[in-house]
Amino acid sequence: MPERALLLTVLLWASATGAEGLGLGHAPDAATLAAADTAIGPSGEELPPGRGSVDEGAALFAAQCAACHGATGREGPDPVLVGGQGTLATAKPEQTIGSYWPYATTVFDYIRRAMPFTRPGSLSDDQVYALTAFLLARNGILPQDTVLDRDGLRAVRMPNQDGFFPDPRPGAP
Amino acid sequence: MTDRSRRRFLRGTATTAGLLGLAGGAHAGQGRALGLPVSGYGQRARHETAARWLTPTRYLASTASWTPLADQVGSLTPAGLHYERHHAGVPDIAPDAHRLLIHGLVRRPLEFTLAELRRFPQAERLCFLECSGNSYREWQGPGGVDVQQTHGLTSCSVWSGVRLADVLAECEPQPEARWLVAEGADAARLTRSLPLAKALDDVLLAYGQNGEALRPEQGYPLRLLVPGYEGSISVKWLSRVKLSAEPVYSREETSKYTDLMPDGRARAFTLMMDAKSVITAPSPGPTPLAPGFQEIRGLAWSGRGRVTRVEVSVDGGEHWQDATLHGPVLPVCHTRFTLPWRFTGAPALLASRCTDETGYVQPTREALIAARGANSFYHYNAIQRWRVDADGSVHNA
Repeated sequence: MPERALLLTVLLWASATGAEGLGLGHAPDAATLAAADTAIGPSGEELPPGRGSVDEGAALFAAQCAACHGATGREGPDPVLVGGQGTLATAKPEQTIGSYWPYATTVFDYIRRAMPFTRPGSLSDDQVYALTAFLLARNGILPQDTVLDRDGLRAVRMPNQDGFFPDPRPGAP
Repeated sequence: MTDRSRRRFLRGTATTAGLLGLAGGAHAGQGRALGLPVSGYGQRARHETAARWLTPTRYLASTASWTPLADQVGSLTPAGLHYERHHAGVPDIAPDAHRLLIHGLVRRPLEFTLAELRRFPQAERLCFLECSGNSYREWQGPGGVDVQQTHGLTSCSVWSGVRLADVLAECEPQPEARWLVAEGADAARLTRSLPLAKALDDVLLAYGQNGEALRPEQGYPLRLLVPGYEGSISVKWLSRVKLSAEPVYSREETSKYTDLMPDGRARAFTLMMDAKSVITAPSPGPTPLAPGFQEIRGLAWSGRGRVTRVEVSVDGGEHWQDATLHGPVLPVCHTRFTLPWRFTGAPALLASRCTDETGYVQPTREALIAARGANSFYHYNAIQRWRVDADGSVHNA
């Protein structure tokens, strides 16, 4: 009897977890899928249409960002966004967009998903392009007369792109 | 009950009865008041006041609160004292409206209600969660004033949910999928990338903590639970999982949660929490240590498995003694250790050092800084020292 009970259990388990799956969940509609897919990787293929200039970004920054990040992006009190190149190996490293961030697409992604701090999600894609352009220009990565769009952002190479390496642990302290 | 303990009990009873007799005489006729009635949801005793410590900041929605480890009894953390780290506050999510979308490199993108997720085979896991920023001030020298402020970004719970692997199987991952990108439904839509191999190994979609629904600040109604890895990858308020060939390189895995080395380069995706331990008593506090017997107590943990040994020193690391480990000693869990000690009034330097089942030994501060410099902010796990002065005061050393 125990053998038969075991066999039955195995058969029931196999039929419950077999290749056809459990049949749980439902197919999302196309609109749900399209709206959800917002995270932007280094290739920038997920970037939306839109464009914004450094000048537009400067005005937006003064109005919406400077209270926390300082008038020029260097004063704080919240994270310093500008400058710091050449400081990473010193006793007082400044890990800014210009000195540290490996991918420009992350700047767009983070502003769009999480900024401004008290009202994330309130900026249009054009405004996010403009702010990204402004911050990259302030860091000397784009010219002042840039109008940034999807293709332009995908073409940006950040100074510290090669500054990261995989976790060497275990085997290193 | 042995004869000796029975005699002690009877003696105690007689003494108590005598005292009560006197008291009864003073209040004859009043009797004893009834206690409180039964209640729908219990609260701790009104005399108990242990609380999380909030990192001082202008923005309490984007900071951390720290578990009061010195007040913790045993190795589990009550849900209400589990540390918090939010990046844009705690969202208020109605469970019936919440959905988890799984898409990307899958043959069948699927969306799940909570009711649908709960129908998967149930899974339960005891484990600690530790923020990789725990002890960050100690990189620059003794920083936190007490164990709550040096080590309170770790907590240990029993988590309930379903295996992420089971849910992913429904979606039929494509062979080129190597990572997943998890996104929360908080205001900042916090996003982190996790290797798919880990996701298929022991990651849970958790809806419960310590026997009840997740607290809002712990991700209600659904969070990732990634045992052994830095806390921020256990994405709270989980609403989306996208399978991909590469990480998304979000801000929380590039600008933050990367470890700057002395040569100016940085380690990326340093997800594993190495072994660590700390003495929780004696530890800095308002009351000086009384001379005489003092049990040294503490917690040890490792993201790589079980703690196998904890050694304690009372002379700053010159000599070490094995502490007793109190079971159950479970992998990736806080493990309580104790060692009897006598405070004679002579100054002492207390320290603990743990070893995990991989053979990894918790490093000294000097060894850690020699390898990583002092600017990596995250993953500080060096031996912590408390200095006991002759007057019984205890200090971070």
